[in-house]
Amino acid sequence: MPSPRSPNLQLNEHGRLRHFLTIEGLSRELLVQILDTAESFATLPGRPVKKVPLLRGRIITNLFFENSTRTRTTFELAAKLLSADVINFNINTSATTKGETLLDTLRNIEAMHSDMFVVRHAQSGAAHFIAQHASPRVSVINAGDGRHSHPTQAMLDMFTIRKHKGDFTPLRVAIVGDVLHSRVARSQILALNTLGVSEVRIVGPRTLLPTEARALGVHVFHDLAEGIKDVDVVIMLRLQNERMDGALLPNEHEYFRLYGLTDERLENARPDAIVMHPGPINRGIEMDSAVADGPRSVILQQVSYGIAVRMAVMSMAMQSQADLGGET
Amino acid sequence: MSISIVNGRLIDPAHGIDDQLDLHIDDGVVVAVGDAPAEFAADHVIDARGEVVCPGLVDLAASLREPGYEHKATLASEVAAAARGGISTLLCTPDTNPVTDNAAVVELIHRIARKLGQTRVLATGALTRGLRGEQLSEMAALKQAGCVAVSNAHFPLASTLVERRALEYAATFGLTVFLRSEDRHLRAGGCAHEGAISTRLGLPSIPSAAESVAVARDLALAEHTQAKVHFRNLSTQTATRMIREAQSSGLAVTADVAAHQLHLTEMDVDGFDAECHVSPPFRTLSDRDALRQAVADGTISAVCSDHQPHEPDAKQRPFPESEPGISGLETLLGLTLRLVDEKCLDLPTALARVTSGPADILGLPYGRLAIGSPADVCIFAPDRRWTLRASQMRSDGRNTPFIGWDFGGRISHTLFNGRVVFRAMDDN
Repeated sequence: MPSPRSPNLQLNEHGRLRHFLTIEGLSRELLVQILDTAESFATLPGRPVKKVPLLRGRIITNLFFENSTRTRTTFELAAKLLSADVINFNINTSATTKGETLLDTLRNIEAMHSDMFVVRHAQSGAAHFIAQHASPRVSVINAGDGRHSHPTQAMLDMFTIRKHKGDFTPLRVAIVGDVLHSRVARSQILALNTLGVSEVRIVGPRTLLPTEARALGVHVFHDLAEGIKDVDVVIMLRLQNERMDGALLPNEHEYFRLYGLTDERLENARPDAIVMHPGPINRGIEMDSAVADGPRSVILQQVSYGIAVRMAVMSMAMQSQADLGGET
Repeated sequence: MSISIVNGRLIDPAHGIDDQLDLHIDDGVVVAVGDAPAEFAADHVIDARGEVVCPGLVDLAASLREPGYEHKATLASEVAAAARGGISTLLCTPDTNPVTDNAAVVELIHRIARKLGQTRVLATGALTRGLRGEQLSEMAALKQAGCVAVSNAHFPLASTLVERRALEYAATFGLTVFLRSEDRHLRAGGCAHEGAISTRLGLPSIPSAAESVAVARDLALAEHTQAKVHFRNLSTQTATRMIREAQSSGLAVTADVAAHQLHLTEMDVDGFDAECHVSPPFRTLSDRDALRQAVADGTISAVCSDHQPHEPDAKQRPFPESEPGISGLETLLGLTLRLVDEKCLDLPTALARVTSGPADILGLPYGRLAIGSPADVCIFAPDRRWTLRASQMRSDGRNTPFIGWDFGGRISHTLFNGRVVFRAMDDN
């Protein structure tokens, strides 16, 4: 079993991507390689994505301990476009509380000879845990663990940004909303900093920002107009309904009044700024419909790029298994 | 059976002794320190050349899991671990099943432990019925059955009113109350210190204020009720400062810390290491240093194992779902002596914190080598290194982040009531 402290749990001895658990610890070159590989899947004229036989005969298992039809579907589609066979397990967490531990679940599914697990789980660290305990012939892709990490979402966001902006280095990016509870924001911040953007800002009320936010390498703003001033990219985060219950916010009305993105507020950003959102959008809470459907919104492109990015990560992780010396 | 322990460096912190002195034992008690009584002929002589001879350790908090959680550990396995760790007296926590909130459970634990005869087990009674934090337990009956302290383990009390009443009722019978100060609302399902690491890992976090808010409340109630209050398992710099100030203003409160809190920090949680999931959580380096300082200056007068043995499954889960706690009996002395290696304490002070310090908190006649007192003795070689290996642990709980750590102070013998209950060649 690899050491749980090993920073290279995700890389094999040749420095290739074995698991994709977090952006942390991955080099700029590797992130660029993911983006370039995704590009090769995404840019065939007339067909947004080409079906390729790269993973023919491979079995990919979606292990979803937390419901998410959208994310699961994009992973499934990505796997099928790579010609892999896909099994979906939606594991009701109540089944695991009835005595079967996560480890037991894992052993059972491993016995079905899967080559890759795509894992979503409500607890931070769950994907690491599975990667540490899975057999060495299985690659693990993190499709979201607790508040920790959602690296494929971050990479499809980077892909979208690169499509529109080209070079990362001069960019200023603002991430607006519930950063505290967001695995997407954590992964985006790591990816943006690794790719060398000039500034990452987070914007929100103090109740929705981590107390040690500066440890993430960001500048903290509480005022939206100030926070998005002259930025090239505005990323709006989804506000979960339950945040109103825990005394984090007074109500949706005040949140929208202070942090909701409108065309008028967007004037503070650069004229060519793009607006992103990981979806699904709460219209009238995080942003006006005019912004969501407006010319600067790239939200729907994010969704379609998501498939190419997931194909890239899956094919790279599977290719690194060839380094183990078995059949390819 | 009479025993002489000769040629050792005898350190008895309670009496300020640190000298080349022999120790003579007869019929379970200490009969002489230094020269043997004239008529004394030892049946057995232990040559402690190059070793330290000190009182058997006193541990204020160990969860022994029996009755009720024998899949984690049993009294038999854990008293063997205590003997290996040089511990002769330990207070077991009331979080058993059934809860130690009545005389029958206390008597059961004491009876089994007496029969095992490896270490003195004293049950800590539950402060409230079923540890539910609502109704008072039968503290008079608990005391009669042999409890010297009451606590609510790591469970919260329903309100400050319940806490006030519980302190007053315990004070009626002269029982010391162990409090684990933590505001449950601020804890809010957290599992790691609220700081840079939990921010990066996205772990639900517990702010330092969860402890300091509760310490402030508990100090106010200790002052109001004049009950004997002991603060268990501190983790923050702020709490140590508050308790130091309360003590210097004349309030007779005491405090302890878990040995592992003096060595690990939030950084050790990185990589989602479930062996470092403890409650209260490991905090920052400056918290750790403040705890060490408080141990050195006596604000914290006891270092405990806070022993929490678990079955492997309890830790083989994603970090937030893993059960908190470390199996600590066998590293209590090693971790405490490490503070001497790291120049935080001198050796007699370090030993005081695991012998007379904890005993004095409860007014117990243990953790000292007075003539006529039970012959509980720990003999260790300060210069002999040893490595903690899971396969050699006697505790049923192998859950510890210290596997592979190198320690000074290899224990050669543990004596309990004048009998050798652990000898190093027994298990390497």
